[in-house]
Amino acid sequence: MNFPAAVLGTGQTHHVTKRTDVSMAGMCREAIDRALVDAGLTIADIDAVVVGKAPDLFEGVMMPELYLADALGATGKPLLRVHTAGSVGGSTGVVATNLVQAGVHKRVLAIAWEKQSESNAMWALSIPVPFTMPVGAGAGGYFAPHVRSYIRRSNAPSHIGAMVAVKDRRNGAKNPLAHLKQPDITLESVLASQMLWDPIRFDETCPSSDGACAMVIGDEEAATAVEATGKKVAWVHGTAMRTEPTTFAGRDQVNPQAGQDAAAALWRAAGISDPLNEIDVAEIYVPFSWFEPMWLENLGFVPQGDGWKLTDKGETEIGGILPVNPSGGVLSSNPIGASGLIRFAEAAKQVMGRAGAYQVEGARKAFGHAYGGGSQYFSMWVVGSEKR
Amino acid sequence: MAVVGFAHAPHVPETFGTTNGVEMLVPCFQQLYSQLGITKSDIDFWCSGSSDYLAGRAFSFISAVDAIGAVPPINESHVEMDAAWALYEAWVKLRSGQAKTALVYGFGKSSAGTLRQILTMQLDPYLVTPLWPDAWSIAGLQARAGLDAGRWTERDMAAVAAGEGGDVESLLDTPYVADPLRAHDIAPITDGAAAIVLAVGDRARELCERPAWITGMAHRVDTPTLGARDLTVSPSTSAAAQAVTGGNTSFDIAELHAPFSHQQLILAEAIGLTNGTKVNPSGGALAANPMFAAGLERIGFAAEAIMAGSANRALAHATSGPALQQNLVTVLDSEARR
Repeated sequence: MNFPAAVLGTGQTHHVTKRTDVSMAGMCREAIDRALVDAGLTIADIDAVVVGKAPDLFEGVMMPELYLADALGATGKPLLRVHTAGSVGGSTGVVATNLVQAGVHKRVLAIAWEKQSESNAMWALSIPVPFTMPVGAGAGGYFAPHVRSYIRRSNAPSHIGAMVAVKDRRNGAKNPLAHLKQPDITLESVLASQMLWDPIRFDETCPSSDGACAMVIGDEEAATAVEATGKKVAWVHGTAMRTEPTTFAGRDQVNPQAGQDAAAALWRAAGISDPLNEIDVAEIYVPFSWFEPMWLENLGFVPQGDGWKLTDKGETEIGGILPVNPSGGVLSSNPIGASGLIRFAEAAKQVMGRAGAYQVEGARKAFGHAYGGGSQYFSMWVVGSEKR
Repeated sequence: MAVVGFAHAPHVPETFGTTNGVEMLVPCFQQLYSQLGITKSDIDFWCSGSSDYLAGRAFSFISAVDAIGAVPPINESHVEMDAAWALYEAWVKLRSGQAKTALVYGFGKSSAGTLRQILTMQLDPYLVTPLWPDAWSIAGLQARAGLDAGRWTERDMAAVAAGEGGDVESLLDTPYVADPLRAHDIAPITDGAAAIVLAVGDRARELCERPAWITGMAHRVDTPTLGARDLTVSPSTSAAAQAVTGGNTSFDIAELHAPFSHQQLILAEAIGLTNGTKVNPSGGALAANPMFAAGLERIGFAAEAIMAGSANRALAHATSGPALQQNLVTVLDSEARR
């Protein structure tokens, strides 16, 4: 029994370095209220709440969804808390969708957030683990060797990462909710920015943001009711999640098998045989600029070694064959726990025609993606303007 | 959909294993594989429950995946909750038709820190946590509220702890630990892990002679504001139980996740259990309370009774949060009625 599911509405806070004006509860509620308005519903219409957030130690509250139950509108309802590292926002969307697809609920609220200003996430990600070699270099230090390895094996020219940064930050300037808005950023200015973890420069890294994202997923009846009002919904064509261990002999950290497997399962579920031509817009989790070409290959949009060529030709710009991160992406806003759900929500907004200044014309099928851990957790979906 | 296998790690006050559960989980998985004649490649979906706060480290569940040996990659998810909720997520995944089998596991090394204080971090961080009311103190307030309201007596509480044929009088002679709680009213510190295999339809019949069919599963959460709810009742348990029992509360056994003796009284009433139901034949959480696996173990013990033929209809309950804030109820049956 697999019932159709669709995104009825989405809502986000503005993403900034520090939200000193609201508590976690207030911040989540902003996103929830906006999603409910976008869906034309009230909290009373919601049957269950699914919460996603990256580690509790970032904010110093154990299982914060328990204390937030009232603020989330969950009291008296089922409340699930998903946690799959950096991919958690995406997983939250998948779990909420599954609740509808299984016929368990009619309207489910997914909410994900991070108030990163309560801690220092870059270093919180470097906690030593028993029996695992400590890196102690922050997230950028962990991923920099993978980027270096990608450049070496693909012979990519060194400006590709900077191109991605310029594109995403300029796109972010069109997004009123984005944390970083840099309409005047140039290839030269990115290449002149400080080298942090060779080959990753300061302007090629994501910011640390406070922010929240909410989404209402509904069943066929609920979606048809929204469509009857003249608004579009985003029908879920497929979801996928895959995991592999952080380290094992022969693990390819540049092109992880778990990501390849998740993408293959997703394209199969969504009935897509040629993703590059069938997907109209992609929101891909790119926290460091070089991950755009790396993931384009990992996801099967292009053959191995060709990711940077697509970027270099400008084909990932709005107007290209595959616009990637028209919202500005993780490079423009990164509230970690929410970042994956934001990718899913931005994909939905594109096929719902609700993306405003960064709308991709005629977007009918969109891809949302999240990854986490040491590139070993993946969650993704395809949404479409038609039911299929 | 049915539970076809259950295994748990030894209930010990302190394991020498790491906080990621690997040393406790590997033997559980091995036991299930050999019991069911399967390998890890027979599992379509994996889901786990644990807590970073118990491990004292962000992303502690990531290294737990090492217990699986997830090469090639697996379809997997994780809840930052008791693994009973991981089983709920797996139940949903199987119901949606995206998988036919699932392995659900939970783990917790309570001995790694001071549990009663760590759980204080679950409270409202702006107003309540700074006062440091620990888990025993909050449970004490709940027990006191019930005593003052005439809902139960200290003798009733001791009777829960003593079980059938236990010596209630000698328990009542022991000193208070957190008035009105005595040592026997409080779950022990337990390190542990547990795992359950779920399967659908004919696959369940292939794997198990007498599968424990899940005929209903529901959960709810109550307000976190301790002063805003009547602590002597559990509306979330009542609502979840009503949703899955449809009012038919005659069970052969019920496994209730009550980390404090008086909570078993609250839960039995909220569910509407009758005298014919044997409560916590496993000993319940007062005998062993491996955090983030104890709720899953209730489902496991209930299912085990059905698989062994000693019960036909069973109820399992899991709780989470301060003073029974969040509750999950599962109904298991020897026959697939739905």
